[in-house]
Amino acid sequence: MDEEVKLLGAWASSFSYRVVWALKLKGIKYDYEEEDLVNKSEALLRNNPIHKKIPVLVHAGKPVAESMVILEYIEEVWPQTPLLPQDPHQRALARFWIKFGEDKSAEFFKLFQTVGEEQERATEEARELLKILEARALEGRKFFNGHKIGLTDIAFGWIACWLDVLEEAVGVKLLDADSLPKLQAWIENFREDPVIKENLPNRDKLLAYYNYRREMFIEAATSRID
Amino acid sequence: MDEVKLLGTWPSPYSYRVIWALKLKGIPYEYIEQDLSNKSPLLLQSNPVHKKIPVLIHGENPIAESVIILQYIEEKWPQNPLLPSDPYEKAVARFWVKFADENCPSIGKVFRFSGEEQEKGLKECLEMLETIEEHAPGLGEKKFFGGDKIGMVDLAFGPLAHWMGVIEGVTGVKIMEAGKFPRLETWIKNFKEDPVIKENLPEFQDTLAFMKRRRESLLASK
Repeated sequence: MDEEVKLLGAWASSFSYRVVWALKLKGIKYDYEEEDLVNKSEALLRNNPIHKKIPVLVHAGKPVAESMVILEYIEEVWPQTPLLPQDPHQRALARFWIKFGEDKSAEFFKLFQTVGEEQERATEEARELLKILEARALEGRKFFNGHKIGLTDIAFGWIACWLDVLEEAVGVKLLDADSLPKLQAWIENFREDPVIKENLPNRDKLLAYYNYRREMFIEAATSRID
Repeated sequence: MDEVKLLGTWPSPYSYRVIWALKLKGIPYEYIEQDLSNKSPLLLQSNPVHKKIPVLIHGENPIAESVIILQYIEEKWPQNPLLPSDPYEKAVARFWVKFADENCPSIGKVFRFSGEEQEKGLKECLEMLETIEEHAPGLGEKKFFGGDKIGMVDLAFGPLAHWMGVIEGVTGVKIMEAGKFPRLETWIKNFKEDPVIKENLPEFQDTLAFMKRRRESLLASK
């Protein structure tokens, strides 16, 4: 259990940060290795041959890939500061919302990578996801998990910290604080958590990176139209 | 013990994933066939977000999404475990359950479409089959993904064992060429021969006829 823990991650990735948050919340020591996603290391390719993606957790030499699979593994191996409820039905609900987020978040990638009608459709879908979370997932709780941060909150952490940067880079408003007050309150609570606060990417750096990527996508999309 | 109800539809593979888990663990349940063209108040109430089957209702508690239902069943009824007890092996299993859940729907693309879109779907299927054949742990050495006994990964890949063949029959498109994926072929054979699975598969010809009609009406409506 105390054997070496290594995280292969990328500074701009919200998926990477999910694992950082879980490790930090549980006080687990680990080595972090920044991966260059344009020039993937031999270690990354060896540890995640199927998807070749970060994050990958390597524990005692054994790799675990896929951020939510990693989180379930961490929860099991290091039970302190539990991130899932004990009750099986509550756990099923937590996993339901995590899956909902995973399935629908593709729309956010889409709206970032496209223009015109395709982007408009993705934007509508993205707004739907946020509305559903507002209407059904928080139920008057401080966090999705209850009064303390849990896996569901970590899974949706990108909404608290990457979404507004995405909005700015693309020039579209997705989260209207007035019509989504519960989600807005959750964002503020999440960002104020002492562990989360200490472990966020630099916003200016992230915005610059997103702006650069957005320009690339626009160029690719518009050159296809021509 | 609280009553267990399963809201499903014949011949949905997602429905069957849950049936297999319940049967493998010997859990008594009431099956309630749903009409998806006229959704019941019980279904809408139990799965308001997606309005889809399967839904497991245990006592007062509804659980939606087949792989989440499988995990719930595993936690609530630990007999005849479907996941390994070792945390690392469990993580590997979870990885493959996720892979199966995300990629099996590609066979549906071959079914629902024709022309270019169907070709795209076929390409996705082949990539999936290649990945499984090359990387899935235990395949070829053990009888099942789960080892000597059926586990959650096997159930997750269930659509490939039976429904992929039906779709090939309906569309005339060969997704899994004989001899190209020997380890996967062996797994399919082992899976379908398991006594519990064998007893709980929708009859091939009936499924074929049903899916043929579905495909005709899908293509006609385009």
